[in-house]
Amino acid sequence: MTNDILIFAEQRGNKLHPAALQIVTPAKELAIKTGGKVVACVIGGNISAATDAIDQTGVDAIVTVSDAALENYSALTYRSAFAAALERVQPKVALLPATFMGRDLAPRVGARLKAAVATDVVELAIGDDGALDVKRPIYNGKAFASVKFPTDRLALVSVRPNTFPAATGGDSAAREEIPYAAGAGDDRITVKEVAKAGGEVKDVTEADIIVAGGRALKNEENFNILFELAKVLDAAVGASRAACDAGYQPHSRQIGLTGKTVTPMLYIACGISGAIQHLAGMRGSKVIVAINTDKEAPLFKVADYGIVGDLFKVIPAVTEEVMRMKG
Amino acid sequence: MKILVVVRQVPDSTTSIKIAADGQDIDRAGVKMVVNPFDEFAIELGVQLKEKRSDVEGVTALVVGPKQAAEALRTALAVGCDDGIHLDDDAFTKLDELQLAAVIAEVAKAGGYDLVLTGKQEIDLDSGQLGPALAELLDIPHVGAAVKFELSDDGKSFTASRRIEGAEEVVEVKTPALVTIDKGLVEMRYPSLPNLMKAKKKPVKAMTAADVAGCAEATGAIGGSTLHDFQPPPERPPGKIIDGEPDEAAKELVRLLREEAKVL
Repeated sequence: MTNDILIFAEQRGNKLHPAALQIVTPAKELAIKTGGKVVACVIGGNISAATDAIDQTGVDAIVTVSDAALENYSALTYRSAFAAALERVQPKVALLPATFMGRDLAPRVGARLKAAVATDVVELAIGDDGALDVKRPIYNGKAFASVKFPTDRLALVSVRPNTFPAATGGDSAAREEIPYAAGAGDDRITVKEVAKAGGEVKDVTEADIIVAGGRALKNEENFNILFELAKVLDAAVGASRAACDAGYQPHSRQIGLTGKTVTPMLYIACGISGAIQHLAGMRGSKVIVAINTDKEAPLFKVADYGIVGDLFKVIPAVTEEVMRMKG
Repeated sequence: MKILVVVRQVPDSTTSIKIAADGQDIDRAGVKMVVNPFDEFAIELGVQLKEKRSDVEGVTALVVGPKQAAEALRTALAVGCDDGIHLDDDAFTKLDELQLAAVIAEVAKAGGYDLVLTGKQEIDLDSGQLGPALAELLDIPHVGAAVKFELSDDGKSFTASRRIEGAEEVVEVKTPALVTIDKGLVEMRYPSLPNLMKAKKKPVKAMTAADVAGCAEATGAIGGSTLHDFQPPPERPPGKIIDGEPDEAAKELVRLLREEAKVL
């Protein structure tokens, strides 16, 4: 084991996930403490642009595993490729974004390499005893706990998106290509299709801003005023469970305990009272805005800014103001 | 075809979470325990497969936890699982997710299951590690957070979909395999009182660490992270209520978001 910190620079279609740039930031801090290097690992089919992009963050070295078989994510091919990179670099700690891919890959590779794993981490530190100690939300954000790692094993950690700022700067790094060797039986999963959902509207899990609506929207058509605001903000549209169960929006937009957990920079909750299950899915957002006619709505308790008023009047006014501001 | 459903018992999602006095766990007194909601979907899928197909020999539900976890097992049996395995040993409560996967892997290997189903994550620790780790230790493929699932006629493969950022991924997978289930695939039926009574008669095998071959070796060689210092979430400073007519309030909100919060 070296003192190096490896980051998994997640990409799809030769485009880096924004969270890949963010995890370089804590990786650099850990590397100062361990005295090791920050090594980025890029895995995929054609990954030239993604590799160049991660090279803009000041990492010390880059390892790549590139093969046509890695064009789309499969739990089997990616675990073989990522395990090969980890075995080559022998880092003390490896960070992944806590995305669908990172959350799927970390425990699988962790089990393969007999590592220890923590999910969705928001703070990382190395103690005086050299052990990695991290902090993560549990009970859907209703509490936090620290997780201490053993020192004699690789620590694999997925880091919550939008927790750290994107890293920038530095010289271009030395690159090493690691040959891809498919594991026995890796062809047991075939990716048939990756179908873009929803077209022009962003998904809630990849947006920096989310505009979400609740049952107060009353029907599917009324969600259009949220889509209009989302369009000017380059935001995604989310919905409460009540709104999804009522059929106003598909469950793919549901935010909350049984829906998606999101941590955007800005979350605008419109006509959502804020049941504990909904708060669970969005309370990690950086800035929260609540707009509701009911001033007792629990969402106001977690909101940074609140407007007690009729969302059908307030939202179009906000949309207009944003358009005016952006000229 | 044999199906294994891995089930956890977790605090009900509406429970308010308090930190224990020593700060090393949550306060578990009076906390209502339920079947992990995502595992409910896995139970239902397993039962539906058995109902629809003649080649499904049986659905076994497995739970890890103290005595009271037997209730979760009983729910699984009441909605149609055939038999249960209860991994009940104080030694198991100290394991992390990868070590737990190692124990379950030893049990699952002995059972020879063609399909292993579980929820996409446990709603207490929210780690989502168990499914992918268990699949790796069993050397079988897995699909994480599936929202569609269609088993082929011969049972040798299935097609599954999972939602990823802004897209849906469709994969074809050979069995034996493991699938973790997301919301939207199925909803678990309600366990009726008569069925809960009947479930008492279904066979449940209780196992301690001593009953699991290779348990100590398997758990000693992997994982080993430890939870400590439980904390309440950081307090958010009280928010600002913006008064005024809709037009004025909207203007002020946009100004604050841009100048104070700096998110626009």
